[in-house]
Amino acid sequence: MAIRPETATAKTFRLHLPRPSGHLAGQHYVVRLTAPDGYTASRSYSVASAPDESSEIELTVERLPDGEVSTFLADRLRPGDDVDVRGPIGGWFIWPGDVPALLVGGGSGVVPLMAMLRLARRSGTSNLVRMVVSVRSPEDLYYADELPGPETTIVYTRHAPASEARPPGRLTARDLPAPPVGGLTFICGSSSFADAASDLVVGSGTSIADIRIERFSPSGGHCH
Amino acid sequence: MATFTRGFSRRGGLERDPRLPPGQYDAGQSWPVLTAEPTPRLDTESWSFTVEGLVRTPTTWSWDEIRALPRSDFTGDIHCVTSWSKLGISFTGVSVDTLLEAAMPLAAAAHVLAYSHTGYTTNFPLPDVTGGRAWVVWEVDGQPLPREHGGPARLVVPHLYFWKSAKWIAGLRLLDHDEPGFWEVRGYHNYADPWLEQRYDGD
Repeated sequence: MAIRPETATAKTFRLHLPRPSGHLAGQHYVVRLTAPDGYTASRSYSVASAPDESSEIELTVERLPDGEVSTFLADRLRPGDDVDVRGPIGGWFIWPGDVPALLVGGGSGVVPLMAMLRLARRSGTSNLVRMVVSVRSPEDLYYADELPGPETTIVYTRHAPASEARPPGRLTARDLPAPPVGGLTFICGSSSFADAASDLVVGSGTSIADIRIERFSPSGGHCH
Repeated sequence: MATFTRGFSRRGGLERDPRLPPGQYDAGQSWPVLTAEPTPRLDTESWSFTVEGLVRTPTTWSWDEIRALPRSDFTGDIHCVTSWSKLGISFTGVSVDTLLEAAMPLAAAAHVLAYSHTGYTTNFPLPDVTGGRAWVVWEVDGQPLPREHGGPARLVVPHLYFWKSAKWIAGLRLLDHDEPGFWEVRGYHNYADPWLEQRYDGD
């Protein structure tokens, strides 16, 4: 286990697994903490690293002030510690890597989309992918050294860097590229972000059948 | 798992609420919204609910018709596979028993596929939606069911993980065989008993 900070409140945990993960871009793992008395607490976290042949995965975890698991991971876990994980899980919010994809992420919702962007860059298919990330301010951007590139647009909602021409404000239709022809749109973030973004995407002419949504909540996504 | 996580302990040494299945926590007043699809805008004017498949009388109700059926309430606990539970929530609607009584299941009917207006599906053994164990509801805690929580009406099957309680419910199809639904073919458990922690395939 190696740990590195992404923002003031988020850390990336690099885990060594007993065997290659075999994960697909967009899937998640469940992290389970067990107390000496047998009490357990589990939460789902998306994989940020691209699928590869290795036995390592990266999970990025936002520390939620009341988060039983995320505060433990952020405050107590040390490099070298063991944690139980289970996965990969999820068979819906997945980019197969061979169709055009629009990735729309809000805040910590960028994590599973980063696995997709990394996969595209690694496999030389960046032309298939467009990513739009909405963050409050530059300090809130995950993967700030790696994410910016020709495929990506960063939208600042509260504070923008001086170099940014677009004034700070919520995501609008003008921030989104044209819908991917014959492809999929992946939206990930809070429920309110996902609703707002999906309304914009539907308004731009994307069929609902081509939209996949992951809503992050304190307990992780994946439900109905 | 035989091992424990270094440094982790249960918070505050509080007694665990016996209503919480293993691995669940009390979400308190919050009610997370988790959906894989865009939230649809369904008009009650054109809304319908259907019971079909292996039934003597396939039956469709309009919004007004289903609300004219005898009301039935559920008050209790719901459990999401992502580990939150909501304790003491109240739903008002109609018992699935009432709907099946009207449609009259055939003897061969053994399974149910519930389907939503969005195309979402989820599956049950027939006994799990009969005997006062399942509802089609349009109110939560006395208020109209919000759109993001499945309004105008959703299925509630509280003894199973809550992905089985399909939002935006459109109907039930009675079958003589099991037909796994949306999440059930994507790695989630086919039956989903929270007390047995049947979260994922293989649990």
